[in-house]
Amino acid sequence: MIPVEFDYVKVTSIDQALAALKSGGEDAKVISGGQSLLPVLRLRMAAPSVLVDCGSIDEMIGVRDEGDSITIGAATTHHGVMSNALVQKHALLLAQATATVADPAIRHRGTTGGALAHADPAGDVPAAALALNTSFVIAGPGGRRTVAAKDFFLDYFTTAVGPDEILVSFSVPKCDWGSHYSKFSRTAQAWAIVGVAAVVNVQGGVIKEARIGLTNMAPTAVRASTVEAALVGASSPADITAAAMHAADGTRATSDLHAQADYREHLARVITARAVRAASGI
Amino acid sequence: MAHITVIVDGTSYQGEVEPRKLLVHWLREDIGRVGTVVGCDTSNCGACTVLLNGRSVKSCSVLAVQAAGCEVTTIQGLADGNEWHPVQTAFKECHGLQCGYCTPGMVLAAVDLLSENPTPSESEIREGLEGNLCRCTGYHNIVKSVAYAAELMSAGPTKGAK
Repeated sequence: MIPVEFDYVKVTSIDQALAALKSGGEDAKVISGGQSLLPVLRLRMAAPSVLVDCGSIDEMIGVRDEGDSITIGAATTHHGVMSNALVQKHALLLAQATATVADPAIRHRGTTGGALAHADPAGDVPAAALALNTSFVIAGPGGRRTVAAKDFFLDYFTTAVGPDEILVSFSVPKCDWGSHYSKFSRTAQAWAIVGVAAVVNVQGGVIKEARIGLTNMAPTAVRASTVEAALVGASSPADITAAAMHAADGTRATSDLHAQADYREHLARVITARAVRAASGI
Repeated sequence: MAHITVIVDGTSYQGEVEPRKLLVHWLREDIGRVGTVVGCDTSNCGACTVLLNGRSVKSCSVLAVQAAGCEVTTIQGLADGNEWHPVQTAFKECHGLQCGYCTPGMVLAAVDLLSENPTPSESEIREGLEGNLCRCTGYHNIVKSVAYAAELMSAGPTKGAK
């Protein structure tokens, strides 16, 4: 279908973007790659008054080395993130998760920051961002603030980014642990029925620490904290399988066309074990 | 209305567009480049794939205003005069099409894939084309076509001629 009429403003700085959002009022909407927004517009499930195109703001594109962390501009495409040498070296989990998003053409356009700000519970990147202890830089009328991963994802399609604010960038502490993103879906380019993002610190064949993010097991991506605690000291596949039995603890899986909630809980346990084994090499 | 200038298949086009106009509709309706087709209109099928500044994108999921100042390559711009692109030749030789509706998108997705990975394995070809659907389900010959195109392109440009 053809989207409803809207105005379009292309901005080249954060200040211009914030001003455009302010003057556009409550129905103004940020667009960058538009790979989630344009399908919604075509279905007329959204009717923005103005689209503020932030896809050409230099500050929001590219990956920077910040010493202990890397900072990724929010308008960097999925393809730009997954093929970036800094990401592959210091935040491999993010590259692994991004590489499973949709298909190559969509990854050329869609942005990782956009996917994070969109916060689809079935999206692949939020779980990886949680597992990597990502922090988010948000610009608004009152200046800039930094939000920790645990405070960023609030509810279905809802993050700490307010309607008059923009996600500028996100930072990932450098992490050289083993990592893996495992995603279960029925067909190519499909959303995850369940996904598991794992980073694991293994020393001498024993897991010292693990961080696990779950995709599509709650209204937002969530950490599997019970599994993380149970994995400490694990040194065998049986240990990992036992710890992964807690993967659905505290989650709020839903039933839909693709899976019943109890099936999702089963998948979370199985796929958590697979992801941790792949990440740890145990 | 917004004024845009876009280079399409080597020719510069200008026009006034509504911001809501999709790139695929602008290509077909405003400048008559009807080689690019609308398939699913939900960004699933990839029939409308074009190259935007050299990378594959689904032109139903890009606004025409977002393409302002960019270079677009459609299926109509791939051949060099009368000489087909090696991917086009390979699709003919390997019978990589049946009804042909998905073919413009398949060919451009394959061109993009081979530009990044000149020697893909079969699974890399299948994953590289995962955003393009063939409802005749002729995937096997499409995969063979892309593998053959890789051979043609590694052998040199003249081997790809018609």
